[in-house]
Amino acid sequence: MPAGTGLKDATAIVGIGQTPFARHLPEDERTLACRAVIAALDDAGIAPGEVDALASYTMEETDEVELAKAVGFGDLTFFSKIGFGGGGSCATVAHLASAIACGQATVGVAWRSRKRGSGPRPWTNTAVQLPTPAQWTRPFGLLRPADEIAMLARRWLHEYGATRDHLFNVALACRNRANQNPAAVMYERPLTREMYMSSRWISEPLCLYDNCLETDGALACVVVSAERARDCRRRPVYVHSAAQGLPAQHHGMVNYWNDDPLTGPAWTAARHLWKHADFTPPDVDVAQIYDAFTPLVPLSLEGYGFCARGEGGAFTEGGALETGGRLPLNTGGGGLSEAYVHGFNLINEGVKQLRGTSTAQVPGAATCLVTAGEGVPTSALLLRN
Amino acid sequence: MLTPVTDSDGAPFWRYAARGELRVQACGACGEPRFPPRPCCPHCRSFASEWRLMSGQGRIWSWVVPHPPLLPDYAALAPYNVILVELAEAPRIRLVGNLVSAPGAALDSFPPDRIRIGARVRAVFTGDGLVQWVLERP
Repeated sequence: MPAGTGLKDATAIVGIGQTPFARHLPEDERTLACRAVIAALDDAGIAPGEVDALASYTMEETDEVELAKAVGFGDLTFFSKIGFGGGGSCATVAHLASAIACGQATVGVAWRSRKRGSGPRPWTNTAVQLPTPAQWTRPFGLLRPADEIAMLARRWLHEYGATRDHLFNVALACRNRANQNPAAVMYERPLTREMYMSSRWISEPLCLYDNCLETDGALACVVVSAERARDCRRRPVYVHSAAQGLPAQHHGMVNYWNDDPLTGPAWTAARHLWKHADFTPPDVDVAQIYDAFTPLVPLSLEGYGFCARGEGGAFTEGGALETGGRLPLNTGGGGLSEAYVHGFNLINEGVKQLRGTSTAQVPGAATCLVTAGEGVPTSALLLRN
Repeated sequence: MLTPVTDSDGAPFWRYAARGELRVQACGACGEPRFPPRPCCPHCRSFASEWRLMSGQGRIWSWVVPHPPLLPDYAALAPYNVILVELAEAPRIRLVGNLVSAPGAALDSFPPDRIRIGARVRAVFTGDGLVQWVLERP
């Protein structure tokens, strides 16, 4: 692999797996992780003993040792855990792709298992020493990720004249797709503008429907070389481009001390992502954009270059994010309406689209952007079939 | 209520605040202010630092109004405001705080519907060393 050509189509996702998603599942995170990983390997037609690489992200309770012992992996030669929670989702695939492309491993599994629906909310844990930025925010009652993102959202709404209707457009597109997806927590539960506008506040200007679901569930995917992928059971979905992004002077979820807090990590990841791609934003057929909170979508649309800065709200108008629109969004329902499993469901949904098996299939979809959490050091993938 | 769990870099900020002074860390070599505090200057890599006295004047950059579910002490005050203030002398330094009706007043003492982005505010200090903000022209 000549230096500088990057990872372009050198590896592919050949298996995906998931557990049911629900507010409460009886099994523990480790068991759910095993189920998702075994399902992904079955989907790929690859034996667990062939797995030699693992990747997940921080806040994952099931560690590599436990997974390897339970599922019966072979000798592992690569394992990686990406920092900053939800910003790590796409980087799991990126790390495996890098390891496989340069010969450190041959079969990689990425996974995420979470019991956020029935377990405690991370922000309520005040017993441990908080990371450095917390001393500057939490005593004043800025306690939760929702509060931190709401602060950016208020400024963004103010600076660009965007409205709550723009945020509703995001929530609605995700809910409409979840209504087509029997696996989604919000299947057959439609959302209306009236429900949105009259719902309770969580952190003004964000209301209930601007926030992701609290979900139990696990997902996994399998990455191999493009050469190996040709012999697998499923149509390969190639990792066309991958990037992480941690901007200069960034400060975690609270980006307020950056020179320009409205250009978050998405902007950094995007520059690298597109530099190594054969296509550009208008060529993306379908997008899976991390949606822990609705404002992350317009901010990401700006960061990944689908529109100019400040135009992310206007971009959502006229059904642009719906099926048949300019950029169909989060076609499984996303974190807002399918399940919030730290964004891993967005990766698997991207694979389903490019296999042609999504419950909200975009006809002929050949390219997909998947992103991880914006606002935190992040990551993104361009997938193609 | 949560009290600041300081680290060694941040501790001077809170010591000055307990004396009623708003000071931010600045480089002892090139003079650039920086926030949050950290061991060395990202501009010139000097490990020398000073704590520069600020006027306490600033403007509201953004604000939110949290509602439950919240930690119990905060839920009891909700809805309350949290503001982000850009300092007059160093606009890129933004401090999270609360807009209150008077020094020492509770987080919910100022009506949220009167908060505006760009409003001029001034730092005041509680007896236990927290920085609060009041409107410059109430």
